[in-house]
Amino acid sequence: MSVTATAPPAAARGSRGSALGRLTLTELKLLLRERVRLIVGVGIPLILVIIFGSIPFYNHPARVFGGLTLLDEYVSILSAFSLAVLSLTVVPMVLADYRAKGVLRRLRTTPVGPWRVLAAQVLVDLALAVVAVAVILAVARIGYGVFLPQQLAGFVVATLLAAAALMAIGLFIAALAPSGRAGMTTGQVLLIPMMFFAGLFIPIPAMSPAVQHVSHATPLGAAVEAMQYAAQGHWPHLLPLLTMAAYAVAFGLAAARLFRWE
Amino acid sequence: MSAVIEVQHLHKSYGDTVAVDDVSFTVADGEIFGILGPNGAGKTTTVESIEGLRTPDRGTISVLGLDPRRDPAELTQRLGAQLQDSQLPDRLRVAEALELYSSFYRAPADWRALMDVLGLAAQSKTRFGQLSGGQKQRLSIALALVGNPRVVVLDELTTGLDPQARRDTWALIEGVRDRGVTILLVTHFMEEAERLCDRVALIDAGRVVAMDTPAGLAGRVQADQRIQFRPSVPLDDALLTSLPDVTSVTRRGDVVVVTGNSNALNAVTSVLARHQIVAQQLRVEQASLEDAFIALTSSADRN
Repeated sequence: MSVTATAPPAAARGSRGSALGRLTLTELKLLLRERVRLIVGVGIPLILVIIFGSIPFYNHPARVFGGLTLLDEYVSILSAFSLAVLSLTVVPMVLADYRAKGVLRRLRTTPVGPWRVLAAQVLVDLALAVVAVAVILAVARIGYGVFLPQQLAGFVVATLLAAAALMAIGLFIAALAPSGRAGMTTGQVLLIPMMFFAGLFIPIPAMSPAVQHVSHATPLGAAVEAMQYAAQGHWPHLLPLLTMAAYAVAFGLAAARLFRWE
Repeated sequence: MSAVIEVQHLHKSYGDTVAVDDVSFTVADGEIFGILGPNGAGKTTTVESIEGLRTPDRGTISVLGLDPRRDPAELTQRLGAQLQDSQLPDRLRVAEALELYSSFYRAPADWRALMDVLGLAAQSKTRFGQLSGGQKQRLSIALALVGNPRVVVLDELTTGLDPQARRDTWALIEGVRDRGVTILLVTHFMEEAERLCDRVALIDAGRVVAMDTPAGLAGRVQADQRIQFRPSVPLDDALLTSLPDVTSVTRRGDVVVVTGNSNALNAVTSVLARHQIVAQQLRVEQASLEDAFIALTSSADRN
């Protein structure tokens, strides 16, 4: 085996692009072909914005929200909901399915290894989450006169930390789920109490103080707290940001330790 | 003879279950080496250790001078793998899969040419989930070859294929070998091993029970010849049982079944000729690799 025999022609190498780039592009194509993920991640939260926006009750300023409408509050909740659905159901579904089908095992026998496909998957779902949040904000602004987040940088930071915390939990579920279906079901079951504490069913200010404390300790409750605060023009408090960062680190490390390739 | 794969005293257990007890073999450059054995014999664990997917408890493995656990980055560049039951995402198209996998390697083969060679050009835009079993198998061979490997490991390559697809696949494998690629083939089809392999290791209960050419293995079994025929006129069994080379004579309807040593055929035909009896529909069965397989693996069970 001489070195020259294994050296590739420069042209061939240039046209291939990096393996991570190719994997991400491939995952993006697969995402667009699989309408279920688009409907779950973007479609459902968007439909909820339209439904809530069309109910007059949600469009009246209320004293409990300091003069804002219920819909103003709901835009942050629905943005967080979109992040949660993608992270907790789509990520475990895809990755556990890849494991069950031997996709990850096959990648272990190639030079790229399976970590890059995980990264590509998370990148694509994060991109989809960003698109989902942007679409929700745009539709709420254009369709129902909801103001865009007043403290935009704070809103972006809160959204990214929320995405990181939720993705880490999604990866943790994917690490343990034996099949794609099991991963998705686990995520869906987890989503219901998390959405309760995030105020999807009862607004957080309407909860009893004890329940509000629990809410702030949950990843989605912290996310909604920080995102709503930023939407109203304030830099989010440190506590919810730290709470989300803690979830991201703890579940991210646990997922990395427990993730099985087969 | 330069060794491409060297396995020495490989041992691997899962909890209390010993998957591979003690396996050693060497695969020479350019060889098609078969690993044969009953289900659960430890074949897949052995090749997965060679591919770096498993960490052996004991023993050493060297592939092209590399240790699969210590140097996976270099090994995966040079070893192509076709795994048992490994799939691709259902919505991934054939050409996309090949292009993606080719981007993983330092010096990949031309994936378009590979697609043609493996007869997948017409399916280039077909999604993986819509391919037939044979097409999926050919794609997995293409993916094993797309990195231009020096060694290819093929695990249960033709399981689930129809006989025609199986024969087509065998022809492909011979073509791959002709390009100078060393092939390690796991199979439980005797016919496949007889047709393709230069040498085979027969593994049973985690140990190599025999290693030889397929013909050499078959020759080790002192199995009797079985001769079947339909005599043209009624025949007295005593005529045959009196022959020293014949061990037994039985009948199935009007078919006479004679077993005996390797001389039995000569003895039987000359007796029949002397009595002017024609042996119609004469069939002779000799020891095959399959007989060797049964004999060698069941003797290991008794130990």
